[in-house]
Formats: sequence, C-alpha cells, structure tokens
Amino acid sequence: MSETTAEPAVVGGGRQPRHWLRMISIWFVLALVADLVTWFIWYPHMPPGDMSQSAHDQQFDIGVLAITGIPVVLAVLIYFIYSLIVFRARPGDDLDGPPLHGNNKLATGWIAITAILVMWCFGFGTYELVVPAGAGSGEGPSPIWQLAGKTSSTWTPGSGNMLQVQVIGQQWAWTFRYPQFGGMETSTLYLPVDTPITFHVTSLDVIHEFWAYEIGVKADANPGVDNVAYTTIHQTGIFQVRCNELCGIWHGAMFTYNHAVSPTAFQSWAQGVQQKEHADGLLTALPPYALTYDPTVLPELTDSNNLNKVDGITGANGYYYPGPQAGTNNGDPVSP
Amino acid sequence: MSVPARAAGLIIAFLVVVGLGVFVAVYYIGSQSQLTTVHYQASGGQVNVMLQEDPQNDSATKPDWVSYYVQDPATKQWEHTTLFSVPANTTVNVTIYGYDGCTPLRNNFFSQVQGTNGDTVSVTQFDQHGKQLGAPTTTSVINSWADCNVGHTFAIPNLGIYVPVASPNAQLSANNLCGSSPCTTQGNPYSQETFSFKSPARTGVYRWQCLVPCGGGYLDGNSGPMQTLGYMMGEMDVVS
Repeated sequence: MSETTAEPAVVGGGRQPRHWLRMISIWFVLALVADLVTWFIWYPHMPPGDMSQSAHDQQFDIGVLAITGIPVVLAVLIYFIYSLIVFRARPGDDLDGPPLHGNNKLATGWIAITAILVMWCFGFGTYELVVPAGAGSGEGPSPIWQLAGKTSSTWTPGSGNMLQVQVIGQQWAWTFRYPQFGGMETSTLYLPVDTPITFHVTSLDVIHEFWAYEIGVKADANPGVDNVAYTTIHQTGIFQVRCNELCGIWHGAMFTYNHAVSPTAFQSWAQGVQQKEHADGLLTALPPYALTYDPTVLPELTDSNNLNKVDGITGANGYYYPGPQAGTNNGDPVSP
Repeated sequence: MSVPARAAGLIIAFLVVVGLGVFVAVYYIGSQSQLTTVHYQASGGQVNVMLQEDPQNDSATKPDWVSYYVQDPATKQWEHTTLFSVPANTTVNVTIYGYDGCTPLRNNFFSQVQGTNGDTVSVTQFDQHGKQLGAPTTTSVINSWADCNVGHTFAIPNLGIYVPVASPNAQLSANNLCGSSPCTTQGNPYSQETFSFKSPARTGVYRWQCLVPCGGGYLDGNSGPMQTLGYMMGEMDVVS
C-alpha cells in the first residue's frame, strides 16, 4: 500500500487555491438551481394551496421564505462539506491547524448578511401580515387589519357586502350561524366564492381552534371571545374544517367537510335552510344572535321560564342545572 | 463513588421510574373493565337498535354518572356499554328510552333533528305505570329551552346525525325519576323515541356522543360521563 504524501493546504508555501471563490461558485450554482426548482416546480404545490386569497397569500409567503432559506441552508452545508473534504487532516499530518486571527472583513460581512436576512424577513412578514388583512388568522375582537368590504345586515350576490359567519365550537362539533339569514345555524359550512367573508369565531365550552385548511383560515375559538378572521374564496370545491387545539378525547374527530359554491348557489342554499328552520320552529328556539356565548350562563333559564316552574330541572338525577327551588345558584352550571 | 456503583445507581433509578410508569398504566388503565360490544344483525335490510339513557348507572365506581345502556338483541338484557355494531348500508331503526329528566342544551341548535329519515323523530311519553300519555308525536324539533322536555342527545357527528332525546313528562318525573339502573318501563315515567337512518356503506368506527353538558359536578358540565366510553359517549362499529 502506498503512503499518501499530501501536504496540509497551509504548509509548504505553494500557491493556495481560492477556497472562497470555489465555495461561492458552488453555492451560487446550487442555490440558483434549487431556488428555480422550488419556485417553478415545488411552490405551486405548497400548502395550503390557493383556494382562497388567504390560502394563496400563505402559499406565497411559504414560497418566498423557502427561496430565502434554501440559499442559507446551502451555504452552511457547502461550507461544511467543502471543509470536510479539503481541509481534512491527511494521514501522517500531526501538525496543528493554522492559528486564528481577527478578520474584520469576515465579521463585517457576516453581520451585514445576517442583518439583511433578518430585516428582510421582518419587513416581508410585516407587510404580508398587514396587506392581506391578517393573512387568514384570528385577530381578536377588534381586528386592526380589515378586509375591504361593506358591513351590512343583509347579503345578496354581487352586493359587495361582507358575508358574516359565526363559527361556534363545542365538544366535539362545529356549528355555523349566518346572521344575515335570520341567524340560521347549520352543522355544515357553506360559503360563496368571490365574496369577502368575515368569520366570528367563538366557543361554547373549552378552547378550540377553527382551522379551515384549504381556505387558509385559522383562528382560536375561546369561550366568551369573538375572534375575527377574514378570507375571500376564489375556487369552488370542498374544504375541511378541523379543530387544531387539543380539546378533549374526541378532538381528533372534530372535523367536517364543507362547500365553497357560487354566490347564487349559496344564496339558494342559505334561503332554503332559513326557510326550513323557520318552518320547523328552530329559528325562534335559537338565542338572539350574539358575538359570544358565556358557557356559565344560559340566560333563557330564568324564574319565569317554563323550564324551571315545574320542579327545577331534573337532568342528571337532579344534580345538574338546579332550578330556583333546588338551590340558590339558579341554574349556574359551574356549581351544579 | 466508583464508576460501577454510579452505573448501578443509574440503572436502578431508571428501573424504578419505568416500574412506576408500568404500575400507573396497569392500575388506572388495565384495571378498567372491558366494555361489551353489542352486535345487531340485519333482517330484511333493517336492524333494530335499542338504547336507554338513565340518570345513574349500576357501576361500582361511578354510580352517579348519567349513562346510556344498550340492549342485547339475543338476551334482551340491558348492557352497561355504549359500543354496538350494525351492518353497513342498512336501515338502522333506533329506539331510545329516556328515563333521565330534562337538561337544556348549551347550544339549542341541537334541538333540531338532523340526519334521520325525514329529519324527524317519533316521541311517545309514558307514566310510571306504563300508561301512554297522548298519541306519538312526529317532530323535527324538540326545543330544550321552551320547556322541560329534552334529556340528552344522540349524535353521530361524522354522519350528520343529531337527535335530541325527549325526557319523561316533567310533572311525573319530579318525584318518580328512575333511581335504579338499568331502568325499566314499570315504575318509572319515561319517553320512547324512535327514528331511522341509513348506515354508511363505508365500514369503520363512528363515534357517537351526547351534546348536552350532562357531566354533573364537572366544570361547565363537561368531562366525566361526557368523555367516557360506556356512559354518554360511544362507538358505532359499521361492519360488512
């Protein structure tokens, strides 16, 4: 076996290869190829798709951050691999590595590049949060960035009015109220395309999270809180609604399949449901539309209500929702 | 301390922790009784499922929890379980005996019957002597906030089935609510509710639950029987 006689790169005084130039050249070619492949091939398939404006915005954000991050990752990997190959210790080389000295150019370049990257992410992220009206996320009861659209108590196709939808989470089902259609409520979400939509997300019991994946809307559902989110859907089709906050044993099964339809089809569906619920008497049985529910209070349970006048409520063998005759808490379910 | 002694100490500590974990798992999980699954066979393309909901149950550990029972079609015995199986793509005729008193729904939307044939149920009430109170009523809404008339619900959300279950006559149940489970039709006022739906063609386990927050003694009525198989939630196994 022949003995390797290679010398360490810094030893011998010969002309040194331009390592930085090599690494930058390799990095530039690979980063360019990777970014082009990412943008033109991977990006159109990135989640959550482009079914709605907020989903499209999120997909764009993820794509831009990907082509920003990939060159950084490649720079680290290329430097690491290049060093392993070129600067490795050869057999028989027992010398110490070269001493390290301060390098102002390198330090300045490092600080400048990382500062530019961080400021770019900050600027881009802030702009994308503001311009597309919260990027489909819940903004709390008083949203700073609102979607353009007229607020009205009615909605018809082509009116330009925002469609108001209340999303109600409870263990373990979603329901949806439409205040512009008499406050009717459904267990399946129908939405019109090309319409600005405002979601008012709340909960009747514990904390849930409304996650309409394909339309890019994600907002916490907290009891007693009206969490507002926006979107505009551009494609008809089916989209999922899932709970994204661990809310109990059947959290994983708390999902529904829902429909984005044309504005006229939506109006026809909504009016049909409203008419049926009116005819069935359900509309009058529902509480007046309100932006939140207090899980500890059922205002309908009052002394004058028929519910209590007989004998107090007897459910759960009399332990639950005690009526005025049975105790002093008058139906407070917190202290049954 | 020598290296072997330290190694032995670490191994012993590790085994103690693992042993505690195993003990907790066996004690709290393994000691729970295995729930029975009641199997319903189709006859003429239909299957008849019998359920009852009681104000209490006959378990040794949680006797004060509200609970469903399922009737075994072979023995006619009421099993303290909420697991049952039905054939796929079959008309499922459900009868629920409601023995528990009324409790209002938190979300009164579920007063509406959904997902059954015709989106309706048929309700009949009986007194404690088994005497029928009025004619059966077919309805699409049992308003839990208008009067004392909804005990619990039977819901299979993934099939879009939501059924409010009527409670017994409020006047009669005031002093005669069933106090021993499984309840019987003699000596207790009760409601009898029937409805039908088509089981899905796709086999699998479909969970069902009560949407009334009926976990008495738990915050906001959640937890307890609401979240425990064998009480107010269960599984319908759709088999081929």
